Amino acid sequence: MIRFFKQREVMLLAIIAIIVALVTTRSSGFGTPRNLAAVFNDTAVLAMLACGQLLVILTRSIDLSVAANLALTGMIAAMINAAMPGVPVEVLIVGCVVVGGLLGAFNGVLVWKLNIPPIVVTLGTLTIYRGAVFLVSGGTWVNAVDMSDRFKELTRLVFLGLPMLSWFAIVVIALFVLLMARTSLGRSFYAAGINPTAATYAGIDVGKTKFIAFTISGMVAGLAGYLWVSRYVIASVDVARGLELQVVAACVIGGVSIAGGIGTVGGAVLGALFLGVINNALPVIGVSPFWQMAISGAAIITAVIFNARGERKRGRIILKSAEAA
Amino acid sequence: MTQPLLTLSGISKSFPGVRALHDVSLELYPGQVTALIGENGAGKSTLVKILTGIYQPDEGSITVKGEAVSLPTAHAAFGRGITAIHQETVLFDELTVAENVFLGHAPRTRFGLIDWGRMRAEAASLLQSMGAGIDPDVKLKELGIAKKHLVGLARALSIDADIVIMDEPTAALSQKEIEDLYVLVELLKQDGKAILFISHKFDEIYRIADRFTVFRDGEMVGKGMIAETAQDAIVRMMVGRSVDHIYPKTQAQIGETVLTVEGLSHPTEFADISFELKRGEILGFYGLVGAGRTEVMQALFGITRPSAGRITVEGREVAPKSAADAIEAGIVYVPEERGRQGVVIGLPIFQNVSLPSLRRTSGNGVLRLAEEFRLARTYTERLDLRASSLSQDVGTLSGGNQQKVVIAKWLATNPRVIILDEPTKGIDIGSKAAVHAFMSELVGQGLCVIMVSSELPEVMGMSDRIVVMREGRIAGIFDNKGLDPVTLVETAAGIRSQAA
Repeated sequence: MIRFFKQREVMLLAIIAIIVALVTTRSSGFGTPRNLAAVFNDTAVLAMLACGQLLVILTRSIDLSVAANLALTGMIAAMINAAMPGVPVEVLIVGCVVVGGLLGAFNGVLVWKLNIPPIVVTLGTLTIYRGAVFLVSGGTWVNAVDMSDRFKELTRLVFLGLPMLSWFAIVVIALFVLLMARTSLGRSFYAAGINPTAATYAGIDVGKTKFIAFTISGMVAGLAGYLWVSRYVIASVDVARGLELQVVAACVIGGVSIAGGIGTVGGAVLGALFLGVINNALPVIGVSPFWQMAISGAAIITAVIFNARGERKRGRIILKSAEAA
Repeated sequence: MTQPLLTLSGISKSFPGVRALHDVSLELYPGQVTALIGENGAGKSTLVKILTGIYQPDEGSITVKGEAVSLPTAHAAFGRGITAIHQETVLFDELTVAENVFLGHAPRTRFGLIDWGRMRAEAASLLQSMGAGIDPDVKLKELGIAKKHLVGLARALSIDADIVIMDEPTAALSQKEIEDLYVLVELLKQDGKAILFISHKFDEIYRIADRFTVFRDGEMVGKGMIAETAQDAIVRMMVGRSVDHIYPKTQAQIGETVLTVEGLSHPTEFADISFELKRGEILGFYGLVGAGRTEVMQALFGITRPSAGRITVEGREVAPKSAADAIEAGIVYVPEERGRQGVVIGLPIFQNVSLPSLRRTSGNGVLRLAEEFRLARTYTERLDLRASSLSQDVGTLSGGNQQKVVIAKWLATNPRVIILDEPTKGIDIGSKAAVHAFMSELVGQGLCVIMVSSELPEVMGMSDRIVVMREGRIAGIFDNKGLDPVTLVETAAGIRSQAA
């Protein structure tokens, strides 16, 4: 039982519950299922992106280009929809996943084949992708009036009490849980991150594993591109600017080690929900947006301190006594 | 007769489970080179660490210039004029040559700040006097290994050291660079420095050393003047009775050829490697550090790509492009550093065991945990692994049990050929015996083993046949029946070329 509560995910869930309870005492509407569902819907995109980022961080990398990728694929989808309303939205969604995947694969190839540090690669592609949004759109916006009704409605349709946007997130999260727990690919993300040398000797291609992580992260970002544009009914150069940092923050708060190899899907999702709850709760109790940023920041640092302590306890390395020779 | 500049007497040093040095003595004379000779594990590195203040001896005394001293820190050793130039230079790549030379004792201005002008000028004149055309302003990383050694020497001279320890200084140098180094050693001798020269290479010992001291198993077993002693007498001191250890080698049934390697070559690391391995056989790979043995094994395992040659396993030609290919072909490689290359700390035991076998235990990329558990249970039970649960983090196990997990994981791949690279390096005597017994068991079950080892007793005690490598080539292949260890050492050191 104590073990159960010591688990990071359980702790984080408890903290989120406490925050919700505290805010509800000040503003009774906050804790209602209806509002919580709205908060989840609000956090859906962040949670999905955090899952993609989880894979990348597990392999000792980082993907800063996700928000720019989202903006670019979202813009492309919106422009196609505006120009050719007859193209089924389902086709557009698949197209977004493919385009996002290609943008992610581009990151992956640079990291895998050219051995460039991931932070440099994705800092570069962040700028490139963001610039490309301007190039394809010519700096203009795609507004609600330009989009087809179906394009706008798909994320809003309510199924079993939840909007489709939430269902998208739930399906993506479920797929990630399966990927990590039940496939050899999922296992190789952990092995490649914890001990790349041992993984190599065990027959895992560490570079290729990173490539796959970046590609999947890109696919999720592509999907998120459509969802974002559909939800906020606007596509512009500035869409989701800075979101990549929140995605990384969600992972870190969720216990994903930035050094690689440690982290779970549940943690990443809870990290995202934590940020979502904070962002939604603070305005309700009348805290200024600047305090929100400070509180998010404090949460990140607290999480990192917890991570560092948690990792220090892990196992013990065999002491090298070869020096005695 | 001149008085020694430095005298060690009765030095002993133990580590938990290992006696590294026992009652050794050593004298270094001004203006002379004393060669320190011994097998790997003879205690040479420990002695160097005692001399440089890194380790404290348990017993014994150190006398420098007739005065008994203690060297509690590296700084104290520095202060007594003792400096060491290591195999791998311990200098700073991102700093300039001048900064490296004077790090820690840079000339200061009146205000206590570093006097850059004087530092550069002094470094330049120092390097000039050594005949080394090195610009003191370039960063160290731009220099080759030989020039880095020269900078190390310049550093030694800059602190006015009287006693210079050179730990295998030529290991990474080309012939031309070695010649330049000899000239420098001559200079140091003329300067009246006492030099301790550690080397495995007899040609260079006979070229530059005046005296020698031989260590074996942590004891001093002989000393004398080089000019008065024949090479094979020194080799005999090195080898001594060290082969008398009892090894649990049981003669396994030697069967048909399993692995054939023909003309395997690599552009820079090794050339023309050909050998055969039979069922039930332990093939030892002996040689000096840097002879290219590990590189050959990594090529067999698909980690590095050979440029030419054929590898055949049970009659099928294989060309492993990755470790996964090699595992598929039935070759596994248990690398030297099991901490870095062996277990994945943070994953549970069963996942460590199944890691290289995931292709078999999963269907179309979907894991079958029950299958993984079954695999892990089978092999960890065979090895008598002590763990409360197979879901336990492998990092919570003791070193010996982690070693078992590593072995279990390779056995679980159902291999034909097992390559063990320095399987007992740095582990205590009890664990060594267990590993040796296990090797006998492996070949008893019809596997074949390649054992890379730099420890002569181990090679002599466990191998059926022994391949000796030297400078990237096979220098000889010997049947281990009535084999004289002297032959092996001499072949590895290049004193003797194989006629057998």
